[in-house]
Amino acid sequence: MDLLSNYIIHQADNALILGHRNSEWTGHGPILEQDIAISNIALDLIGQARNFYQLAAYRINELNPGEKIAEDDLAYLRDGNEFKNFILVELPNGDWAKTILRQFYFSVFQLLLYRELLNSQYSEIAAICGKSIKETRYHLKWSSEWVVRLGDSTEESKTRMLNAQQALNPWIAELFLPVDFEYEATALGAGILPEDLKEEWYQRVNKILETATLPILSAEKKSMQLLSGKKGVHSEHLGFLLAEMQFLQRAYPGCAW
Amino acid sequence: MNREEIIEILSEVKDPEIPVLTISDLGILRTVEYADDFIQIQITPTYSGCPAMETIQEDIRTELAKYGLNNVEIKQVLSPAWTSDWISEAGKQKLQAYGIAAPAAHACFANGEDRPESCPLCHSKNIEMISRFGSTACKALYRCLDCREPFDYFKCH
Repeated sequence: MDLLSNYIIHQADNALILGHRNSEWTGHGPILEQDIAISNIALDLIGQARNFYQLAAYRINELNPGEKIAEDDLAYLRDGNEFKNFILVELPNGDWAKTILRQFYFSVFQLLLYRELLNSQYSEIAAICGKSIKETRYHLKWSSEWVVRLGDSTEESKTRMLNAQQALNPWIAELFLPVDFEYEATALGAGILPEDLKEEWYQRVNKILETATLPILSAEKKSMQLLSGKKGVHSEHLGFLLAEMQFLQRAYPGCAW
Repeated sequence: MNREEIIEILSEVKDPEIPVLTISDLGILRTVEYADDFIQIQITPTYSGCPAMETIQEDIRTELAKYGLNNVEIKQVLSPAWTSDWISEAGKQKLQAYGIAAPAAHACFANGEDRPESCPLCHSKNIEMISRFGSTACKALYRCLDCREPFDYFKCH
């Protein structure tokens, strides 16, 4: 598969896997209104993923005459090592604090990324990002408020946020480590190198963490992780997630209702 | 049958989640072309994950079929991205009458403080937000502190 298609699939995979994780809260949210909120965010993300998968499928079919890939093949019939999402988005939900913090970290990243991709030379990417950025901005508003509320509230909520930081912070570095398809997309004027988003990401995240009276992050910290979701080297959690998410298409190929 | 008449027919198609609004009130019907008995329609989703889009396409086909118009192509377009500014004035009034507060301002307000002007039921300005998300992605949940009724707010987007 060509590298630009992989770049598009990478965006789709991040949105789909986090959308799926968020959807696991449906029916289990801490209160009804927030159950609805996280389910709506899941819906937005899965919608964004679908637009990226459709674009990737269109491109793959264009470049490979005879190929007939569809969006569902990409979402439901690829194996774990073909997925290109961040480890961050595949980690189990944990408690509400971990779910909120992960959504917050990701929404800041997605907002900065989409803002740059509005200028993508590949107009279909720009179109999807123009649509999605409005949704992401709202996800960020919502998750920022929750980070502050939990960080600066009771002793228990603060402890849970500190635990969430401990669980998630080691996986931040991957967001900014470029891989082959990001170099290629950038060279083509279609994408951007994630390290260009790094400084602003830390600024924006730390501003909210400070308001929430939580420890701020240091961009200097070196990552010792050997895993790279973007390269298809995932944690064990992705396999379990796919087993559930892909079950229906695997058991009943091509089924529809 | 001419293009205007087809647009007339399409204006009967309602949004399945807010059935007081037609797809033209909501601004999701983008273009209609008609030539040589072939109808080409472009629609755009309000939100990326809007689950109503497929029902809307079916409803469009069903409505046109009533008039024997079966040669129809419907395309979903993303750009320019839908904005709440495309909801017609008539659409905003229908929303209010239905009990949903209409977007209070231009879409650029979505970036800052975006709240309904007043309670759509008793028109009191004494209101508060319950949740940033309501029954669908396009709405937030508010409550009126005077008549005590909760209500949906169609967000600036």
